[in-house]
Amino acid sequence: MSTALLEVKNLKMHFPIEEGLLFKKQVGAIRAIDGISFEIKAGETLGLVGESGCGKSTTARTIAQLYKATEGEIIFNGRDLASLDSRELLSERKNIQMVFQDPYASLNPRMTVTEIIAEPLIIFKNRGLMTISKKEITERAEFLMEKVGLSSFFRNRYPHEFSGGQRQRIGIARALALNPKLILADEPVSALDVSIQAQILNLLADLQSEYNLTYLFIAHDLAVIEYISTRVAVMYLGKIVEVSSSKVIYKKPLHPYTEALLSAAPIPDPEIEKKRKRIVLSGDVPSPDRARTGCYFYDRCPKKMEICKNNIPELTETGEGHHVACFLYFSP
Amino acid sequence: MIDRNDVILKVDNLKTHFRTDEGIVKAVDGVSFSLRKGETLGFVGESGCGKSVTNLSLMKLIPSPPGRIVDGKVLFHDRDILKMKENEIRGIRGNKISMIFQDPMTSLNPFLKISTQLVETIILHQKKNEKESRKRAIEMLELVGIPAPAKRIDSYPHQFSGGMRQRVMIAMALSCNPEILIADEPTTALDVTIQAQILELIKDLSEKLGTATILITHDLGVVAGMCDTLNVMYAGRIIEKSDVSTLFSDPKHPYTIGLIKSVPRLDKKTGQKLYSIKGQPPNMIGMPECCPFHPRCEHTMDICRKKYPPVYDNGSGKTVNCWLFPAEPGNYSDEHKSADEHHMTGGAV
Repeated sequence: MSTALLEVKNLKMHFPIEEGLLFKKQVGAIRAIDGISFEIKAGETLGLVGESGCGKSTTARTIAQLYKATEGEIIFNGRDLASLDSRELLSERKNIQMVFQDPYASLNPRMTVTEIIAEPLIIFKNRGLMTISKKEITERAEFLMEKVGLSSFFRNRYPHEFSGGQRQRIGIARALALNPKLILADEPVSALDVSIQAQILNLLADLQSEYNLTYLFIAHDLAVIEYISTRVAVMYLGKIVEVSSSKVIYKKPLHPYTEALLSAAPIPDPEIEKKRKRIVLSGDVPSPDRARTGCYFYDRCPKKMEICKNNIPELTETGEGHHVACFLYFSP
Repeated sequence: MIDRNDVILKVDNLKTHFRTDEGIVKAVDGVSFSLRKGETLGFVGESGCGKSVTNLSLMKLIPSPPGRIVDGKVLFHDRDILKMKENEIRGIRGNKISMIFQDPMTSLNPFLKISTQLVETIILHQKKNEKESRKRAIEMLELVGIPAPAKRIDSYPHQFSGGMRQRVMIAMALSCNPEILIADEPTTALDVTIQAQILELIKDLSEKLGTATILITHDLGVVAGMCDTLNVMYAGRIIEKSDVSTLFSDPKHPYTIGLIKSVPRLDKKTGQKLYSIKGQPPNMIGMPECCPFHPRCEHTMDICRKKYPPVYDNGSGKTVNCWLFPAEPGNYSDEHKSADEHHMTGGAV
């Protein structure tokens, strides 16, 4: 079995809520991530799924060191990213790249496709971290365009001349420019139409097997996650509630939240839809602005017990590689 | 019991075009359908296929210029909405036909209390004074499942979550007992667990109140559970129309087949590659009179590049616009016919 490429240990990311005009003082915190641990092995895809505001994107951004984590360790390739100085971090960051959700907002409208794809290479060249000639850079950009299914004939065009799916391809080419090991894909297909979504998912799968990439794949669509992931982690309110291989978790979900999530997802087949019984959760996701002493899912859980009120369930292994944070399966 | 054969809305050859600097965009180009009492009709298709414009046209909500309804009839109880005067239409909008929009964050006025916005609709359309209207508004909020409605009615929209705001929109849309509810992507901005709540609510209420519903969405899973009949749109036209179970079990148009196959599914074994339709949706400016799907289709024949396919009707309410199914019934599902023969048939039409 391959070793972990990325290991996240007890990661917390709290955003301060401040009050006061001149003398700001912290009055609270949004606990976007509240203590999560997981690992991603080289070559696998970890799917991260959950509702909006549960901390999926914050997780990706904290791993990429776009935010400074409040607490916890992010160990990539055996080194804790938070402890590195800026130069070391930059060279390590070469191996971690992001693909963003909105293909309209994530590309600079004033740059041509070649400039966009080549930008990471130029940055690394200018900082002296890479020796590459101008000609090689253009060649690499054109090669990457072809690789993601765009004709290099369009190299001097601007983003507005492309459709959403094609822009997402440009974003993927940019992420590949530095030959990264890990790609953090933050909802890369949710802004796309169904027929285009399938094209991009297939492209990502092809690239993974060709370059032995490791993905952290974030989505809210459970079917998309199942299709692309080796393992799946379900997040709720800044906590991971269940982790397992995607084969197991979809067949035998353990956590009540995972069950509800799976049963809420519509299936495109009227015969199945008619027969299905839905678990409809009551209420909305609570605000993550206060510290909790009980299970994070307590307010909405259809199976809550007395014990859940004042004890936080930790992620515990209940079967082979199947971790769940719920007192239905173990006692505190 | 609802009489299912009672047609309340009949749309005939609707055409809505937009004038742009580059040319005319035929956003809706000859759409016909009818809606029966109590029926739930779905519109599916990808962005830009004209599903929203079709339904905005029904209520004459197309901004003009640049948009213009150039042709067609929208018969609501045998009266043409498109020929009505503005004040007559105002009596129908929000009263007989009402809408729920995609984004519950922007479709409520952030400056006004929920009560003001709900009561306004009721006073405008029903002969009720302010006190009665407020009572009705509170009833509606209770019906859509807002806790403590008498207290929450005086809140502002920002004090509600996304799902709650969509509930308020539904309460507003149904407060005048409309005959038709048009829901334009009502759950796209919501999370799956909230989506399940809202869909359940729309389904329950339309059954309880006998409202006919038009549901516009790009999510095939949503329509599968909600609709009786489905219209699949592509490039401004309905390319396949069918009842829901036949559409999923026996899709005919290559686009519909591709669309269904390209959705990853929770209930099916994966492992093999996902099917994908090649290419991009067409640019709608100055489209030639041919099958708009032909550059992406697997069964393209010569005729597809030259003429728009006829409407094939199998007699039981299913229609397909595709040259694989020439207009005369009887040649149905003969997919292996040679391209030449099709060409001949097409030439004769």
